[in-house]
Parts: sequence; C-alpha cells; structure tokens
Amino acid sequence: MNDLTNARSPAVTTASPLSPEAPVRAQVADLSFWYGKFQALHGVSMPIEDRRVTAIIGPSGCGKSTLLRCFNRIHDLYAGVRYEGAINLMPDGLNLVSRTVDPILVRLMVGMVFQKPNPFPKSIYENVASGLYVRGIRTKSEVEGRVEKALKQAAIWDEVKDRLKSPAYELSGGQQQRLCIARALAPEPKLLLLDEPTSALDPIATAKIESLIDDLAKDVTIVIVTHNMGQAARISDQTAFMHLGNLVEFGETEQIFTNPKADQTRDYVTGRYG
Amino acid sequence: MSGEADLEHAATMRLVRAKRVQDLVFGVIGILVLIVVMGLLVTLVADLLIDGVGRISPEFLTSFPSRRAAGAGVLSAWIGTTLVMLVTAAIAVPLGVGAGLYLEEYAAKNILTDAIEINVSNLAGVPSIIYGLLALGFFVYGLNLGQTVLVGGMVLALLILPIVIVATREALRAVPSGLRESAYGIGANRWQVMWSYILPSARPGILTGAIVGLSRAIGETAPIITIGALTYIAFLPPAPVSATPPWINFDWLNSPFTVMPIQMFNWISRPQAAFHVNAAATGVLLLGMTLLMNGFAIYLRYRLRRLVRT
Repeated sequence: MNDLTNARSPAVTTASPLSPEAPVRAQVADLSFWYGKFQALHGVSMPIEDRRVTAIIGPSGCGKSTLLRCFNRIHDLYAGVRYEGAINLMPDGLNLVSRTVDPILVRLMVGMVFQKPNPFPKSIYENVASGLYVRGIRTKSEVEGRVEKALKQAAIWDEVKDRLKSPAYELSGGQQQRLCIARALAPEPKLLLLDEPTSALDPIATAKIESLIDDLAKDVTIVIVTHNMGQAARISDQTAFMHLGNLVEFGETEQIFTNPKADQTRDYVTGRYG
Repeated sequence: MSGEADLEHAATMRLVRAKRVQDLVFGVIGILVLIVVMGLLVTLVADLLIDGVGRISPEFLTSFPSRRAAGAGVLSAWIGTTLVMLVTAAIAVPLGVGAGLYLEEYAAKNILTDAIEINVSNLAGVPSIIYGLLALGFFVYGLNLGQTVLVGGMVLALLILPIVIVATREALRAVPSGLRESAYGIGANRWQVMWSYILPSARPGILTGAIVGLSRAIGETAPIITIGALTYIAFLPPAPVSATPPWINFDWLNSPFTVMPIQMFNWISRPQAAFHVNAAATGVLLLGMTLLMNGFAIYLRYRLRRLVRT
C-alpha cells in the first residue's frame, strides 16, 4: 500500500495562483470531521472557485460525500458528529461549519441535490416553489417568475410547462432529478452541491444533466461528487481526488486527468486502482 | 460590501431568527402538552400507589378473597388473569397474524377485500360488552362451554383480533418493496417469501400490535362479567403441570375463574374503606402485570430488530 494512504500528508495542490477573474467562493481550510469516534475527514483544504464546477472524486468510502455534506451541514441532522476547521464562504468569510453559525442559515445559502431524485409528493410547481415558501416568498407573481426561471435553468421547462400542476411523481427519473435541481436553484443559492446526481439515471438522462451543469456554471458555483471519472473530466474545471478521508490532490481538471502529480491519483484516474 | 448586500444579509438574518422563534414556540407548546399529559398520568398512578402499595404483601398475593378485608387476597384473580391471557394470546396472535398475512399478501385486491378491510377496522371500535354478549350467547349457551377460562380467553381474543390484524397489515406494508422483489427474484414462492423474508422484517411491528392488543385485554372487565365469570373464587384451577403422566393437563381450561379487574370492581363496590384499599392494591398489581408484559415485548422487539438489521 502506498504510504499516502494512512499518513495525514498535505495534499498535492497544483492549482495555479488564483487569478482575479476566478475569485474564490468558498475556502475549505483544514477541515476535519468525525462520525462519533471515527474520523472521516483529515484536514482537508481546498478552494472552491466562483462560478466554476469543482468535482470531488475518489473510491467508495473516501469521504467525498462526507465532505460535500459538510457544506450545508446536513450532518447536523444526526447525533454525534463533530467538525473542526472551517469552510469559509466568501466574500464575508462566514465559517459554514462553525458551531455559532445556524445550520438553517447555511442551508438557506447552500442548495443541495441528492443521489436519488427526491421530489416532494406535491405538484411540479409546488416542488420548485417550496424553497421560496420556506424563505417567506409568497407573492404569486414573484414565485411564478422564479419557478419558471429555475425550471428553464434546469433545462426542464419545455417538458413540464403544460403540466405544472401535475404530481412530480409522474415524471421520469431523469426529469425528477432535473426538477430537484430546479428546486435547489429557485432560491438562487450561493453554492450548489450535487451528490452523485446521475448515479441513478440512464446515459441519456445523464447527458442532459451534464450539459445543464455546463450551462449553469455561468451563473452558479457548483460542487459535484461523482463516481464517474469521465463525468468529472467532462464537466468540471477543478478536481479534488480523495482517499481515506484525505485530500490527495487538487488541481485543474485537465492537469489531474492528464498529468497527475501523485501516484495514487494517477492509478485512480487511469483505472488501475486496486 | 455594498449597501444592497448588507440589506440582503440583514433580511436573511431576520428570516433565520423568525425560523428559530417558530421552532422555539412549537417546542414550548410541545413541552406544555407533554407536561399536561404526563401530569395526569402521574397523578393517576400516584393516587393508586399511595392508596394501595402499602397493602401489597406476600400474603395479599397468596390469599383467596375473604369477607374480612384484612385477610383477603388476589391469588385466584392474578392466576386467573395469567391463564386467561395465555389463552387469549394463543388464540389471537396466530389467528390475527394469519388473517393479516392472507389479506396483505395472498388475497386479490378487489371490492371484497376492501369490504373486509373496512369491517375489520370497524370491529376494533365495537364496544367490548357486545363481544361479551356474543360470547354469552354463542360460547356459554350455544356451545354449552360454561363460564370457564377457555371462554374468557376466547372472548378477549375476539376482542383484540382486529387490533392484531390491522397491526400485522401495517407491519407487512412497511416492509420495503425491494425486499419482496429480491426474494421473488431468486425464485421463491409466496410462502417462502413470506416465511423467510417478509415475516422476519415485519415481526417487530407485529409484536407491537399483539402487545397493544393484550394490554387492552388484560384490563377488560365488561365482556368477562357478561359471560358470568364469578366474583368470588376461593379455589385455583387444576395445575397445568402434574407429577404423574401425562404430566400436562388442560383441565384448567374448563375451570371457573375470576380476573384482576373483576376483583377490583368487586371490592370497589363494597362500602367498607378497607376493601377500597384492597382494590387500589389490585390496581397497582394489574399495572405491574401490564408493565411486565410490555417490558418483555420491548426486550423481544429490541432483539428481533437487531437480528433483522444484520
């Protein structure tokens, strides 16, 4: 086994010094995370650049979903979890994982889409509007406008515009997932988290979601966890490779996939990982 | 930071605070409601305990009822209750679980099963004295079984059957459909799917339903009085186990009996205060028996859950 696996070694970070046109949206700084006594993240540090797509890859159990779920404090729903370090949301530098920061505030700012499509058992329209309702936005014209905008952003408007009142469960799996993306987008989050959003979908639905992520990156900062290395290579600008709770390497996606610095990253992205 | 961003930030913080206040308000209301409910319960139990707990002694448990309050005990009542509950459980659980399984897994979904379902649910709401009348007419006089432990157990079993059936169906419905599909997927027939996969997953829920039913049955008085159980029993049913072959006998099923709630009812309706103390003590014991039964069920459920998870 490689000596990188257990040691708490600093990640190889080869990202170029950040240029002014790519400001940082969030800075993960020495973040550690525990499920009870089990430490799932070991001092992860990486920047999340504004309006770009950051992919987190790695083998099962490497902590990539755990890291993603720190960004909106979904871990707080379960007892016995503990954070150390920081995820600073720019420009204010608000530490998302600080105990003094209300998780509700964090979730109002950070949207999330889960692995399996999980629409609410309500109409398509109400699903997208739900994020607005919990924010106290109830003016009919405003809600309608933002629902339409979000559905368009999620590239599903043309398929549902004539049946906004029908139940979300009538949609196909791929459509449901795009609906969930629209639901996350409607409140205009500062950060959009995608946790393996296509792992339950067929290739055609996956292709649609990938192209919509590409378009979204113009307006929204996206962090995506994926099992599919081809997907990370296709849609992300930066890639983080994780293993056993450590960030092994972080850099421009092209560099990670064509010229990785760490042997482990090379083995993983070339499919030789054992 | 621009003024507009400041404004937006302030609005967000106001929103978060409003959300927290709302959570707090509902939290406080919840605690108040809980205090009222728990307060009532605690008062009730405490009243019973203050009146009765001093009267409980080994002699109280091992004496038959008597005309003298100080010498009276609940021996025949607690043994009667135990035996009747045994009969009730032995009848209601297999019948109820079987009916629930059939309705949920085997029966075709049509108007007939819908009608049966509605009727089963309604049966749970029929007053218990109606069951008593049914048992009096059918078991006691129709079948000429007399006022025995068997009849007492049967009427209580009838009473709780709907509860067990409904709980069984709910528990079966809560089994994830993936489990059913994967079991059928390996080529199992209905019986194998049910016996090896569905039933083990549903067992904790079924058990809970059975115990809820039995807890109701243990306190029932009306149907037992209706079938004519005696209030004064100064002897015990024949022992179920004997020293001579065939070692086990079922004569106790045909023995007259009394149960704890009836003993309590009997004592509370006497004018002397000393008997009222006896009644309170009987109530404490009945509570204890119910608690024991529920405790056993919680233990079983905990063990079964662990088995299912692994």
